[in-house]
Amino acid sequence: MTKKTKNLNLNFGPQHPAAHGVLRLILELDGEVVEKADPHIGLLHRGTEKLIENKTYMQAVPYFDRLDYVAPMNQEHAFALAIEKILNIEVPIRAKYIRVMFCEIGRILSHLLNITTQALDVGALTPSLWGFEERETLMTFYERASGSRLHANYFRAGGVHQDLPLGLAEDIYKFCEKFPKIINDLENLLTDNRIFKQRNVDIGIVTKDDALDYSFTGVMIRGSGISWDLRKAQPYDCYEELDFQIPVGKNGDCYDRYLCRIEEMKESTKIIKQCLAKMTSGPIKSLNGKISPPSKKEIKQSMEALIHHFKLFTEGYRVTSDEIYTSVEAPKGEFGVYLISDGSSKPYKCKIRAPGFSHLQSMDYLIKGHMLADVPAVLGSLDIVFGEVDR
Amino acid sequence: MNTLQDLEKKINSELTTKIKSTVIKHNQLYIQIEKENLIDVTLFIKTNKDTKFRQIIDITAVDYPENTKRFKIVYLFLSHEYNQRIILSYLIGEQEIVPSLTSIYPGANWMEREVFDMYGVNFKNHPDLRRILTDYNFEGHPLRKDFPLTGYTEVRYSEDQKKVISEPVKLEQNYRNFDYESPWEGTKYIKEELENNDKKN
Repeated sequence: MTKKTKNLNLNFGPQHPAAHGVLRLILELDGEVVEKADPHIGLLHRGTEKLIENKTYMQAVPYFDRLDYVAPMNQEHAFALAIEKILNIEVPIRAKYIRVMFCEIGRILSHLLNITTQALDVGALTPSLWGFEERETLMTFYERASGSRLHANYFRAGGVHQDLPLGLAEDIYKFCEKFPKIINDLENLLTDNRIFKQRNVDIGIVTKDDALDYSFTGVMIRGSGISWDLRKAQPYDCYEELDFQIPVGKNGDCYDRYLCRIEEMKESTKIIKQCLAKMTSGPIKSLNGKISPPSKKEIKQSMEALIHHFKLFTEGYRVTSDEIYTSVEAPKGEFGVYLISDGSSKPYKCKIRAPGFSHLQSMDYLIKGHMLADVPAVLGSLDIVFGEVDR
Repeated sequence: MNTLQDLEKKINSELTTKIKSTVIKHNQLYIQIEKENLIDVTLFIKTNKDTKFRQIIDITAVDYPENTKRFKIVYLFLSHEYNQRIILSYLIGEQEIVPSLTSIYPGANWMEREVFDMYGVNFKNHPDLRRILTDYNFEGHPLRKDFPLTGYTEVRYSEDQKKVISEPVKLEQNYRNFDYESPWEGTKYIKEELENNDKKN
């Protein structure tokens, strides 16, 4: 006797702890095997691009914090670079080191969150408790420099908003000294853990060709064995002067991507140390008064500074008519800004290229034929943050 | 075959009439084409051994409502092999249908859906052209310049109907778009208000 069976449609999310935000994933299941996955996104869509078109360049920066909110400064970086390239602004060397340092702190923040929550999704609770403690320390560094733990609004076209407060550099250095031990602790819990390996090895394999076809960037493409990192390939700011390695995976599965992230955190720690060592004192933003606001002291003494201050915070600076695409290696992959300026003080168009968007669209390809229990593992290793996917 | 200049020459000599113009700016190659040649050009830059633009980075549109060819569709390509970027664009009118690149670059799927959602540009032969970022049953195309920043509808939970309903936007205060570029001439919305008052009186 034969029995007729019907495929089951399952709604995964949007309120599910393993969906990493507001993802509504509609799964077609044959028993426990996933036949089809259809991600529905946009539940966190805030119209960032539309809002940016209606704000001056300086007012647009905070919107970038709210994209990938676990590594806010990396996004601001892409926007700042775009304006700098159009206007040909020279960035002081100290500002470059400060920016790169905070970008690498952002990378550690993001990878710590990703690795530990992915471990949580496959059943390990402790890593997230340990990892979040370090994230809190890193976020206090953010806070001491910018005044805010998450939504920093710190990078400006031409440099950064203000100089590092006294003692912060020393504290960051101390953190870098002890952080490799924390990574080791995490690795002790996960890397050779039998359950973690069973859940991740050979799951969600991406071949080299598919990684290219599906527009994968960042760890997703490096995990598949393609050595591609914008910090090396198309260096921006002061990455050329720093010494670091690009970890590359072999099999392109979830486990390799996890290993890449672990290694990247170690490299980031090295970069931060180098930045601290090479940082000299000096200006932290462009000295061009038409771009950078004057200090409070100057406003009190110089009429010109007062005018600059007034014009910058009402009209904002004007950006000559141009079209540019700039990208940075954000923790999740290539984060790009395609900016069209029209000579006014507001962008005519600002398209944000979020890495997570391309990664999530391959969900159907990645998960087809896997078991239902592999969905959170694959989703975790994609490193999805809905702030940037939905924009 | 290393520099962008070489690439520009190569593309111009191989594709000749299919290319409208090329410019090198900001270390990127900007190419203008006609809509009809999109598939030929992308197939060439993807497969030719001297270009190898294997990855599509993004697709977007730009709205110029005052032009007859209203939208500029923009494609960003990346070649890992030669570490180069191409920005490909062409102009279309409001009702025109655009060929889809999904069969050449699977990654273009959602990017085209986003352009469709945000600008209302239709793609021919797209496997699954649905809205992507906006709400279910949303109407209009938010990134068009004539779409208001506040939108047309807002949603709230209705205690009477026991469900989420959408209704026309009601604002406590009008959206104030200050025109800082010439503050001494008065802002637009005040001028309009004054004119309206004059009419009433």
